[in-house]
Amino acid sequence: MANDLMFEKPLLELQKKIEELRKFSQDSNLDFTDEIAKLEAKAKTLAANIYGELTPWQRTHMARHSERPTTLDYIKGMCTDFLELHGDRNFGDDAAIVGGIAKLNGIPVTVIGHQKGRDTKENIARRWGMPFPEGYRKALRLMKQAEKFGRPVICFIDTPGAYPGIESEERGVSEAIARNLIEMAKLKTPIISFVTGEGGSGGALALGVADRVYMLENSIYGVISPEGAAALLWKDAAQAQRAAETMKITANHIYEFGVVDGVVPEPQGGAHKDLDATVANVKEVLVAALDSVREIPHDVLVEQRYQKFRKMGHYTDPTQHE
Amino acid sequence: MLKDIFHKRKPRYATLTSQDVAERLGRTKPVDSPEVAVPEGLMTKCKNCGEMTFTKELEKNQRICPKCDYHYPMNALERMAATLDEGRFFEFDKELAAADPLNFPDYPAKIEREQKKTGTKEAVATGEGTIGGYPVVVGVMDSTHFIGSMGSAVGEKLARAAEYALAKRYPLIVFTASGGARMQEGIFSLMQMAKVSAALSKLDEAGILYIAINTYPTTGGVSASFAMQGDINLAEPGALIGFAGRRIIEQTIRQKLPDDFQTAEFALKHGMIDRIVHRREMRTELTTLLELHGGGSRGE
Repeated sequence: MANDLMFEKPLLELQKKIEELRKFSQDSNLDFTDEIAKLEAKAKTLAANIYGELTPWQRTHMARHSERPTTLDYIKGMCTDFLELHGDRNFGDDAAIVGGIAKLNGIPVTVIGHQKGRDTKENIARRWGMPFPEGYRKALRLMKQAEKFGRPVICFIDTPGAYPGIESEERGVSEAIARNLIEMAKLKTPIISFVTGEGGSGGALALGVADRVYMLENSIYGVISPEGAAALLWKDAAQAQRAAETMKITANHIYEFGVVDGVVPEPQGGAHKDLDATVANVKEVLVAALDSVREIPHDVLVEQRYQKFRKMGHYTDPTQHE
Repeated sequence: MLKDIFHKRKPRYATLTSQDVAERLGRTKPVDSPEVAVPEGLMTKCKNCGEMTFTKELEKNQRICPKCDYHYPMNALERMAATLDEGRFFEFDKELAAADPLNFPDYPAKIEREQKKTGTKEAVATGEGTIGGYPVVVGVMDSTHFIGSMGSAVGEKLARAAEYALAKRYPLIVFTASGGARMQEGIFSLMQMAKVSAALSKLDEAGILYIAINTYPTTGGVSASFAMQGDINLAEPGALIGFAGRRIIEQTIRQKLPDDFQTAEFALKHGMIDRIVHRREMRTELTTLLELHGGGSRGE
């Protein structure tokens, strides 16, 4: 299986052996129950060992896994009546960001997110979830629409970053991201964001100025990809594994830093191993988050959002004494 | 005159001559080492046309090449001196400096080296002064300090400057010059984009003028936040303005990019900035803009 992760190999091989033994036991009418039970216990321990202490680099692979749930999986899994809405009304429709209106527990919400593909063909169309400026402008259009009709906005972040290409620069990707940041900061309706896979730099943050931000357990969020950081800092992209550790991009670090409000647990082995369980976990956090902001008047909400981001950062200021 | 309605401030600022600037920086020659090829910094070679110019003359000429008009990078204090009335300004948060939230290898030493090299604590200076008699809050990024990269300290200083502008209802003018986010502060650098943007959103709501002036180089996270959020976005001629690095784009699309790609002229052509303004015209143009905005904030 092409989609297996290297560090999972011993576990997958053991599981395969157990299956073979079970099949052999059936075919030959011999009783291997004890042996199978022993091996299964071993597999369980092995799984706990492998998945219990994932390194930042292993989590990076999880975050990028080709079978990892996408924005459309989350929307379809937790909402009803989803209607996708297209286009930025200005230039085009970017397939790297999807959005629309749906019902969450019967209440209309606006849902927006980066969208990666399931196969190469779809990934080419969606540029592996790397948006053009019109993608961000579509997202903003849908947010302003949500504000007008009093719908909460839910964002799913999963992108290596905005698409680095000529068209992006020509059509003002900087301006598109910059505008989203300033408009999200003052949007008069609740915004809840989830980093579901890769939270790549400004291209991710453009959907991330929210009242509550959560990360999935094996997602990453950073100012630059580990490969990019390695190339810049050590002039060697092969040092990405080291950069993944140094840059502290995993959910546990980002949560400790106070940059996100919580970490959503994933099933053992990663979100892709059990889509329903992952969606249920995200939905549970989302519903609670929406409940926590529902009653807050919008001007108070915007001020709280301001204070939330205003506090971020560490510096020294000798003129201020605590 | 409309501008007479506005409160004229007492000149409680220090006057800076280029000599003062040099002394405050603890040096007598410019730090832009790539251009300084001649010993003692007596002469400076233009990166664009190769012309040799006496450094003193260059300083008098606002660091513009007399032959080809190339705009050499200016450090923050030089920019303040060239932009504000009589070079007077009151600097905010001069001692505010970077911390090391990621415990990043060698970062504290690097901070110290940059501080020593430039004589300033961080890659942005903020303060207040007047332009054409109008009180303004000004932020100037300094590409000679840590390539103008934005970490928490840069974000904090700019957010405080914006909050001060809001409280005083003074317009805010920011000269951007940055290689982008500061890698060594990881996620905190990224969040400065949101922090400064949020502070600017308050000026936007309050009807206070914000002018962004893109200078060489304005890239990455700075480009994708406050450099492009001005009511008016200006740029200096030839300034590098762009989001993704040239090399990364070339690697992605596997072709060479045209020479004018990501220049101020490119940004103007594609509708991302309002005007390209020559450095010598900057003060006059800013004065006109302030006058056209009744000093820079909507009457309450």
